[in-house]
Amino acid sequence: MSFWVDPYRFLLEWLRNLLIGWGLPADWAQVVLFFVGAFALGTAALLLVVFLIWLERKVVGRIQDRLGPNRVGPWGIFQTIADIGKIFTKEFITPVGVDWLLYNLAPVLSVGAVLMLWAVIPLTMTLYGVNLNVAVLYIIAVGELGEMAVILAGWGSNNKYAVLAAFRAVAQLISYEVPLIVTLLLPVMFAGSMGLNDIVQAQSVWFIFLAPVTALIFFIVSIAEVGRAPFDLVEAESELVSGFNIEYSGLKFGFFFVADFLHAFTIALLFATLFLGGWRGPGAIQYPVLGFVYLMIKTSVVYFIVILLRASLPRFRIDQMMNLNWKLLTPLSMTMLVLTALLDKLLPSSPLFVRIVGMVVMNVLVLLILNQILKLVENRRPRPVVAPVVRPVARPPQISSVQNGSGTSS
Amino acid sequence: MSGTQFIFLVTAGVTLAAAVMTVSARKMMHAALWLVLALTGVAVLFALLRSSFFAVVQVLVYIGAIAILIIFSVMLTRRVVQEQRPRVNRLWWVAALLALMLFTGLVATLASWNGLYPTGQAVAGHPEDIGALGLALVDPAGFVIPFEVASLLLLAALVGAVFIALERKGGMQ
Amino acid sequence: MIPLSWYLIFAALLFCVGLYGVLARRNAIGIMMGVELMLNAVNINLLAFWSYLYADRLNGLVFVAIVFVAAAAEAAVGLALIISAYRRRNTVIAEELTMLKG
Repeated sequence: MSFWVDPYRFLLEWLRNLLIGWGLPADWAQVVLFFVGAFALGTAALLLVVFLIWLERKVVGRIQDRLGPNRVGPWGIFQTIADIGKIFTKEFITPVGVDWLLYNLAPVLSVGAVLMLWAVIPLTMTLYGVNLNVAVLYIIAVGELGEMAVILAGWGSNNKYAVLAAFRAVAQLISYEVPLIVTLLLPVMFAGSMGLNDIVQAQSVWFIFLAPVTALIFFIVSIAEVGRAPFDLVEAESELVSGFNIEYSGLKFGFFFVADFLHAFTIALLFATLFLGGWRGPGAIQYPVLGFVYLMIKTSVVYFIVILLRASLPRFRIDQMMNLNWKLLTPLSMTMLVLTALLDKLLPSSPLFVRIVGMVVMNVLVLLILNQILKLVENRRPRPVVAPVVRPVARPPQISSVQNGSGTSS
Repeated sequence: MSGTQFIFLVTAGVTLAAAVMTVSARKMMHAALWLVLALTGVAVLFALLRSSFFAVVQVLVYIGAIAILIIFSVMLTRRVVQEQRPRVNRLWWVAALLALMLFTGLVATLASWNGLYPTGQAVAGHPEDIGALGLALVDPAGFVIPFEVASLLLLAALVGAVFIALERKGGMQ
Repeated sequence: MIPLSWYLIFAALLFCVGLYGVLARRNAIGIMMGVELMLNAVNINLLAFWSYLYADRLNGLVFVAIVFVAAAAEAAVGLALIISAYRRRNTVIAEELTMLKG
């Protein structure tokens, strides 16, 4: 096996032979390899964040007609490294009256919950942490560890605004988990397996073509799970005092920051894996290293859309966010699950073309019906009067003799 | 001692210590966190029993749902949590005695049971088959009635919990 | 290979710790935590018996699944009751919730 066809297997075999050559029993060599693999994957993911932060600042800067970071290194690419240097040299501040254990556990848990997601995502056909047969359930379970981190941070920092923000954030996360789980059921149903590698291998047709509406719901919901714009109540410094991480500074805040960026990239990765065919592409089975390239291209496209949304959409209020979830996304995702399951049984599976067209037509029909329903609801809803009809107009005092003037004073 | 035995002993020790802390910690919030640790240990034991499905479900249901519910309740009843009165009641030694007696009884029962060292190790090699479990749960010849009753129980719990915890606006104090 | 008896003794210990928590704790939420520990001990027993003795049948797994459902329902209703009691009586100490005492 040559190096360039599948570098991962090549390195693995080389390391295994090296360890066994050193006189280690085969099963202990396996354990050592597991640790090496976990360490490499975690380090790679965290190093990726350095690049992601730069990328996001640059892209958002360009969208807002700024230059973005441009001082340190070419195109400012080493800006994040300078920031890391700054954050490492900051003082470790522990506010008075915090619950020490909770306060320090929360940042670690928050990064760990994201890194644990990487354990099950197949990067190529052969490169994955573990081919868990319940990987989809695992993804949901690990996501809930992130919620735990939010609660601990809010409660542990002995600040009423942090607690309130933690309640708000957890309410958001738990609510959006309902449509998330329902939409995750569709790829599982199509593939007939909960393992992510099986799901990728079942996508001879990308699942986004079989379930476009569900893919869209999954995209929206996963953005909300990450807490990205337009669902970024945590970052609302001016109106909501930032959120559960208000008492954190320096490296501990950096943990939350890193978790946020890595999570955004990870959901793009998950979206590419579940709906865009993962590592699949021409020649990816013969040359697994190509699969990694395909996966990264797909992920980058999704991630770019995430950044674009962040730069262009205004922030939701918490009640609008809850309305969107419970009154639109949850019923819609359940409808799509039932309809798709029904159609999947009814349509003949032999001509793939018929299946795709049937699914797409059904999705378009659902969208049209949804549009009509939304119009009806919108028309019947009484418009709240948000401002008085007669607007108060400031008038200079010397023209006060003109009573009830037309408003065009001076 | 083999590797799995070592893992079992470490996990069991951590889980038991966490359980003891759960029932004895002074701050309810810390007790809830120790509970999370104990539940995680149980999830590891499920994985050791070759049931990765239930290990993940354990994390999902217990840590993701029940522990978060408990933490929320601790937060919402905060005034009581912070008071410095004793955390156990007067008869705690009776409780300890009862628990000890129960443990002694259980061990005695186990010791006198001759099935403790199973000989049929042949069936103990393969992991669980989730597909077969799923089919059995909706199979009329299998477990469809317990499954439906369980879903009914969940629905009833959902409605009941909402009804009980709902704050009634005006009247009925 | 781990002997079956290790699992059973561990489950018995966990059950007894949970029982102590249920009997000795004053805080109602603490009592709930004890109940959760006991349910987990039961689940370990069920899965251990399934894995060592009846791995070719599905009864054990179904039993565990039903216990999970029951635990979820119990936690939801129990904690809702505790919150409701706290709202009316301003306490979650089990000894002080004595309205029905004759």
